[in-house]
Amino acid sequence: MAFKVIKPGLLALIQDLGRHGHQSIGLTTGGPMDEVAFRWANALLDNDSNSPEIEITFGMFILEAQADTSIAITGADLAATLNEKSITPWQTYAIKKGDVLAFHQPVWGLRAYLAVKGGFHCEPTLGSVATVVREKIGGLTGKGDKLQKGDLLAYQAFSGHEKRSVPRLAIPNYGNKEIPVILGYQYQSFSSLDRANFFSSDYTVSSNSDRMGYRLEGQEVHSDLKGIISEGIAYGAIQVPKDGQPIVLLQDRQTIGGYPKMGCVTRVGGGILAQQKPGDIIQFTPITVDQAERERHLQMARLTQWR
Amino acid sequence: MSREDFPNIEMVSNQACLLTFNQVISEATSNYIAQVTQHLTKLAGIVDLVPSYTTLLVVFDDDHYDRFAIFKTIRQTIEAIDPNDFSVKDQREVVIPVYYGKEVGPDIENVAKHCHLSIDEIIQRHSETTYRAYAIGFTPGFAFLGNTPDELHVPRKTTPRLKVPIGSVALAENQTAVYPSVTPGGWQIIGRTPVNLIDWGSKNLALIAMGDSVRFEPISRDEFLVLGGQLDGF
Repeated sequence: MAFKVIKPGLLALIQDLGRHGHQSIGLTTGGPMDEVAFRWANALLDNDSNSPEIEITFGMFILEAQADTSIAITGADLAATLNEKSITPWQTYAIKKGDVLAFHQPVWGLRAYLAVKGGFHCEPTLGSVATVVREKIGGLTGKGDKLQKGDLLAYQAFSGHEKRSVPRLAIPNYGNKEIPVILGYQYQSFSSLDRANFFSSDYTVSSNSDRMGYRLEGQEVHSDLKGIISEGIAYGAIQVPKDGQPIVLLQDRQTIGGYPKMGCVTRVGGGILAQQKPGDIIQFTPITVDQAERERHLQMARLTQWR
Repeated sequence: MSREDFPNIEMVSNQACLLTFNQVISEATSNYIAQVTQHLTKLAGIVDLVPSYTTLLVVFDDDHYDRFAIFKTIRQTIEAIDPNDFSVKDQREVVIPVYYGKEVGPDIENVAKHCHLSIDEIIQRHSETTYRAYAIGFTPGFAFLGNTPDELHVPRKTTPRLKVPIGSVALAENQTAVYPSVTPGGWQIIGRTPVNLIDWGSKNLALIAMGDSVRFEPISRDEFLVLGGQLDGF
């Protein structure tokens, strides 16, 4: 049994928590752009935390159900409808055979997550189903294809639906434009004036932003370093090329690079950043590793306690 | 390697830290990094390791380690490595057959001109040198091999190609590489290998690993074709 893709929309991808352990040969991880939203969708259905979900960017995505089941929607509000009736994210819905589920366009945030009871069936490549279009790996075909019209997203039929929703407090605020940054890497190589500017200026999300990285436009910052010897790039690293405009490297980032870095955005902050659209304005705010650890533990504790 | 060369460890996030072994690129540093990478791979809670020229990025599970625990684990792991073991005795040598024909190496004439050498001399210099894989990146399986002999140093192309064919063997500055997949690329292309650099079905996935020794072996057009080489792509 399956959901049939009626309209594939702009970009709908099968994702799990990512393909880890292969960065030493240059293979990126992939995975959900908003990990908090992804984890909650599986938690709502009592799924394994790594069960395959669909990441829907922007919308214009329509599915038809071939069997009864239970779904969870989290992340952005993409003006979703179930049989043309409006539904809101961060909760579960019962699905009957023949139901039509549609995601129209962004109302709040940019990327929604759709989970199904038991997870979507998909053959993993190198231990993961995460779709990385650029590397032609993962997804339904194993070759990195985004979802196409007519694709069948298989699941096990299920009839024990339970209505559940995420506690209000645990829902991230995509309207919060303060993106936390852990200072590190080559932070010291930026002048104190540039550092101050970086943390006190507005940056606009460029239309050139994608799953690889978010490009930002605003106050230029420059490192004293001309370039650095290429080194591994962590999730969230803020790379500053010669034009002084920061790039936050996200799930589909390249594994090594030689530009100086201001610091690192946390997973939680990166998730909020990934919900911003081109033209949206954000600010960076410095935090310590200690604060990042606490923020992360709080998020994970909310999930485990709720389960 | 003495203990004075102990890497500098810096947290870059709550899930990753960067080990810096040296400020300059050398074979000794590269060996040290390869060794530490091998030892850390075996540990629980290590999610990913990204070795490069002078650094190693360690990505860890933050449910398993906090910043103090990961420092301690890395320090103890490195201290437990036998210093005499930082040798090249286990180093693998990978031999890559290359057809240096103009039809698959469209930049070889320009390279020869730039280097004031004949095409045969370019082939000879390129294939008589043993290289080291200092880093893997850019695309999966793309190994940065150094160093090329001084007389083979060429700049990148001013306008990168939008599509470099699979298996293209190329030069840029003091490095050489093979393109494992069709990608844009600005390196000077001097030949092509029929060998797959990346194979998701194989055990190692990538033919070349960081720290490997790599040599190129000239083959004829016929041998290239027999080995499954393709001539199209440009």
